[in-house]
Amino acid sequence: MEGMTEDTLKGLRSKRRAQLAVGLSIGIVFGFLLQKGGVTRYDVIVGQLLLADFTVFKVMASAVIAGMMGVHILRRLDLARLHPKPGSWGSSAVGGLIFGVGFALLGYCPGTAAGAVGQGSVDALLGGVGGILLGAGLFAAIYPRLEEKVLKKGDFGDATIPEILGVNPWMVVIPAALILIGLLFWIEGTGL
Amino acid sequence: MLEYLKMDLWSPYVAGVGIGVLSILAFLLSDRPIGCSTAYARTSGMIERIFRGPKVSAKAYYRKFEPVVDWEVMLVIGIVIGSFFSASLSGSFRLETVPPLWADRFGPDPLLRVAAAFAGGVLMGMGARWAGGCTSGHGISGTLQLAASSWVAVIAFFVGGVATAMILFGAGG
Repeated sequence: MEGMTEDTLKGLRSKRRAQLAVGLSIGIVFGFLLQKGGVTRYDVIVGQLLLADFTVFKVMASAVIAGMMGVHILRRLDLARLHPKPGSWGSSAVGGLIFGVGFALLGYCPGTAAGAVGQGSVDALLGGVGGILLGAGLFAAIYPRLEEKVLKKGDFGDATIPEILGVNPWMVVIPAALILIGLLFWIEGTGL
Repeated sequence: MLEYLKMDLWSPYVAGVGIGVLSILAFLLSDRPIGCSTAYARTSGMIERIFRGPKVSAKAYYRKFEPVVDWEVMLVIGIVIGSFFSASLSGSFRLETVPPLWADRFGPDPLLRVAAAFAGGVLMGMGARWAGGCTSGHGISGTLQLAASSWVAVIAFFVGGVATAMILFGAGG
């Protein structure tokens, strides 16, 4: 039974056209949920950055809690592998701050900008999608010069927090979930 | 059921848990996390190739991220479609260039709004590729894997974002 599940999954994961269909299907439901969650709206995203509306945090934190539990259970059952991204201070922190400045000016992120296009936001299409495409292209142009000098500064590789701490993943998963749930209760308590 | 689908907004917790389930499905069915910004990099490469020819694919960055339609490009196309369904069902679809909060602060000029959005988009596109991910790839998929890079990145996204928003809109205003 277990072998069968594994073979079926392996088959599905290696079929290119089936994978494109899976990506599209997940995207359609993702876009639906982003729009229903309110986070494809400029006012909601900028409201979060002004710390006046915590919808974005609520959506992200509940996605992380559910996803974190589920993915770690699947991993325990040998049905999923982690794919943590490599990072460094020069890449994750510097790039993250540049992203943040853009985030406040644009008022959408790459995923929610696509969602905003679907609900009719012209600024998300012309400014958002157009700008992000140009920015990504500019990055590709300067990438060779940045790679050694900036992107590898303070490298911490693709380590996960449990690996860095040298503990069982559940020793981080459970406290992280509890902290996020605690923050959500606190935010609801303040009425934000 | 249909009434529920027609609602304008759902609880952010329902939407969030649903997105969490989608990210679990992506790991299970596709052995990959959900992300969006790589799709923009690949698409940007595809567009550049139309104008500058096959030499574009030889750029170091595009050797790493080949400019082709992949899972993630399909995901982003799906997001547009799914959001359109949601907005159409609830009747909230409408063409809008200047969001109300922006208009309150900077006025109703659509050109100013699009120019600012474009400048923000350029910074965001660069920053996302610089950091190796966006609010989806780092903010949700990376943090749920407890990746160190993603926790650093998402904190930086919001530090940069909150600081800039406070300056733009006047702190406390």
